[in-house]
Amino acid sequence: MKAKHQRLALAMLAVAAVIGAAVLALSALQDQAAFFYAPSDVKRDEIPVGRAVRLGGMVEKGSVVRQKDGVTVHFVVTDGKAEVPVRFTGVTPDLFREGSGVVAEGRFEPDGGFVADNLLAKHDERYMPPQMAGTMHKTGTLKQ
Amino acid sequence: MIAEAGLAALWLAGALALLQLVLTILALAQDRPELRAAIRPVAVVQGLLTALAMLALILVFARSDMSVLLVAENSHSMKPFLYKVAGAWGNHEGSMLLWVTILGIAGAAVAWFERRLDERTLIATLGAQAAIALGFFAFLLIASNPFARLDPPAAEGRGLNPLLQDPGLAFHPPTLYVGYVGLSVAFSFAVGALITRNVGPAFARAVRPWILGAWIFLTLGITAGSYWAYYELGWGGWWFWDPVENASLMPWLAATALLHSVSVLATRDGLRAWTVMLAVVAFSMSMIGTFLVRSGVLTSVHSFAVDPARGTFILVLLALYIGGALALFGARIGTVRAGNTFDPVSREAGLVVNNLLLSVILGIVLIGTLYPLVAQAFGVKLSVGKPFFDETVGPIALVLMAALAAGPLLRWRRDRLSALRDRMTVPIAVALLSVAGIAVFARGAGVLPTLGLGLAAGLAVASVAPLWRRALRRTPLFTYGMVLAHLGVAVSVAGMAAESAFTQEQLVAVHVGQPVDVGPFVVRLSGVRPTVGDNWSAIEGVLRVSPQDGGPDFTLRPQQRFFSAPPTVTSEAAIKTTLGGQLYTVLGEADGTGRRQLRLWWKPFVTLIWLGGGMIAAGGALSLIGRVRRERKAARREEEMGWA
Amino acid sequence: MTKFILWLPLALFALLVAVVASGVVQPKDTAIHSQMVDKTLPQFALDPMVNGKPGLSSADYGKGGPRLLNVFASWCLPCIAEAPQLIALEQRGVPIDAIAVRDDPADVRKFLARNGDPYARIGDDARADVQLALGSSGVPETFVIGADGHIVAQHIGAIRPEDIPEIMHLLEKAQ
Repeated sequence: MKAKHQRLALAMLAVAAVIGAAVLALSALQDQAAFFYAPSDVKRDEIPVGRAVRLGGMVEKGSVVRQKDGVTVHFVVTDGKAEVPVRFTGVTPDLFREGSGVVAEGRFEPDGGFVADNLLAKHDERYMPPQMAGTMHKTGTLKQ
Repeated sequence: MIAEAGLAALWLAGALALLQLVLTILALAQDRPELRAAIRPVAVVQGLLTALAMLALILVFARSDMSVLLVAENSHSMKPFLYKVAGAWGNHEGSMLLWVTILGIAGAAVAWFERRLDERTLIATLGAQAAIALGFFAFLLIASNPFARLDPPAAEGRGLNPLLQDPGLAFHPPTLYVGYVGLSVAFSFAVGALITRNVGPAFARAVRPWILGAWIFLTLGITAGSYWAYYELGWGGWWFWDPVENASLMPWLAATALLHSVSVLATRDGLRAWTVMLAVVAFSMSMIGTFLVRSGVLTSVHSFAVDPARGTFILVLLALYIGGALALFGARIGTVRAGNTFDPVSREAGLVVNNLLLSVILGIVLIGTLYPLVAQAFGVKLSVGKPFFDETVGPIALVLMAALAAGPLLRWRRDRLSALRDRMTVPIAVALLSVAGIAVFARGAGVLPTLGLGLAAGLAVASVAPLWRRALRRTPLFTYGMVLAHLGVAVSVAGMAAESAFTQEQLVAVHVGQPVDVGPFVVRLSGVRPTVGDNWSAIEGVLRVSPQDGGPDFTLRPQQRFFSAPPTVTSEAAIKTTLGGQLYTVLGEADGTGRRQLRLWWKPFVTLIWLGGGMIAAGGALSLIGRVRRERKAARREEEMGWA
Repeated sequence: MTKFILWLPLALFALLVAVVASGVVQPKDTAIHSQMVDKTLPQFALDPMVNGKPGLSSADYGKGGPRLLNVFASWCLPCIAEAPQLIALEQRGVPIDAIAVRDDPADVRKFLARNGDPYARIGDDARADVQLALGSSGVPETFVIGADGHIVAQHIGAIRPEDIPEIMHLLEKAQ
């Protein structure tokens, strides 16, 4: 094989690899990207049962109920317009409280409930005035 | 005063970078030896000045000088000394200064040590390095001054994110940064070689130690970072596919590909354009990854402020450097003579397969990391996590492992498929036997983990095969390096597969004394008590653990730590490492009825993951020593021949 | 063909820059706005934070004129930045109360000694419960409470000098 031909062949291979990676990634993203929902989105859209999604909102006051097993907790996530009941088994994060913001990672059940695998408590420690933002940065949201 | 001295050193270093760039352009345009002679010293002094500036920042942190804004923002006088020092780079400005410092020192080292490359290419390389440094000096001095004063000074600092108060922090970011910035040298060499059209074995031999060095640090940094996240975050996982982790993985993938293609260029003078391309891509990935995260464009656990001005500055810099290098590539590489050819069955072809697979993985990780950003542009909020990466990267990584087993058993230039088949018989047999064994004795291990374990076994055998029937004492050091690194991959993958196949988890709320079975242990909570440290207080669970095989009992103490500045709670996992794996314990909350939540994992062979990582890095180090030694010898021989 | 391929990396990179640029130019609104605005102040009663200054409870509102309720902490740097503005507001006769979040009396005393003390009352919100009840998720934040005990407005982040007219306007409206 001549050098020139081999060069072209290798270049084509590289292009094919890039395209292959893109096609593979984009097709897998169709199934695997976790969309972000607020409770009122759930009412409006169809419930994506069984898909990994994130549900964000506030933990409704008085809705947190711990189960007998000591590790399962039920609560309601609300955005002021709609509510979604959530079940979570595990150690809740420190900042998880009634009335505080929460992002639950998990799946919807056919009955409209949500099973969370992971809870991220949302809490910004502080805010930056824009003038100072040039010289400081936010340590930001801790998720745990 | 110290802060001002540091700032002055930075300005001076920035000015020298500008001078170095101008000198380079003049020296390349006109043939004036006195210009060429000035470039090396300028680069060395610039490196020294950046090191001084970094030292100044470390000093103000060590002295808790609260009149420096950055210190007040990120430190606290009560903090243990180690974390005061580490606090210097545990924030945006400090880490940018660290970046520039390593860049400066790397440039100085190239100027000081590199003697074998032709002078024009070396000068062009130093010019490229100066251009990169100049942009980052501008970014530091204009948009992220680490030495800004706070007037009036704060009474007390705000503290450091407690998650970062860990020995891991002291060494993890600098290690990664040495890796990232080390790749800038490869980038500059590639740009230099493109400018002088001098892409060939000499270029490959000059750049190879730099790639190896950077790659070793990246490997160490990623391995350490993974272990740090594993025990510090208390989630029991060792890799989260978080954007920050991907940011360190992408340059590593590119550098690994580059490491292999540069050896084709050095040994056989093939893959010229591809190697130059990879050198550009590898450092581009370092910059893209770091700055995507730093600018806050991507959100992650390690999230930073969204500051559009800073983000724009960085984006313009990236567009200039990477776009410039790629444009130079497009314009110049066509005029570089094509390298040597090789057969479809040969070591070169094997390395091409390696490079293609690594590039595909790199592409997938890049797309997965950036996809939320694309979706956001269309008003859709989503996140891409572990399921996506596991499903796409997992299978390709297994194919890559198969290629990795076969590659080193191929001969350069031309080989026969039947010969390869003979050499691969034993590894393939071992792999098949392992898969069959796991399928029979450990059913339900999952397809991917079973294949992973089988492939790891086969790869372990195949990777030592290059030493088979060789005179071991005359085998060069870098061959041992390769063997060790490939063996490390097998060990690491075996750990990953075993962890995902055999991990047992228990999540329970228990009374004191109530036994919980997990793996080969029985765990009892014998009490909960308060305890204090330097700048935290904690609730500590005392766990009495009895091995079921009758070994001696031991105690584990997982904690929930409360930090006061800033107020935060962290989970401190307690881990017991045995030969067979790790028992990982986390203390949860009280459930209100006198019970405590416990989260227990038994993770068989999980330590192999990081042991393998260490072996890969050690293999790289052996290769580096071997290569440098051989280069020295060759240089000496050249000199002697010159005199003869 | 080869010519085209050589420029492909640059084209792909340009695409990438476009994607990232879109992320940079449309920054996310990361502030979390309270759901409690336009609602009555939640019920709470906080102990005094420092000696010689009363604590704060919801019963202190709804009588007299509008008041400012400042959520702050001694460990918060932007709180230092907004202190002069709070002093200026106090000198204009605006009554200001405060909730000190997850803080320590000694630290708060030091903070007030250094940065001035514009507060009429300071409540000790050790677990940030009242802060969360107000729908505040960071420090500093300032709420404008109307004469009738309603939450009129929420100011997120430090009060800058140019914010003062807006706050005075809100206070007048809340009469």
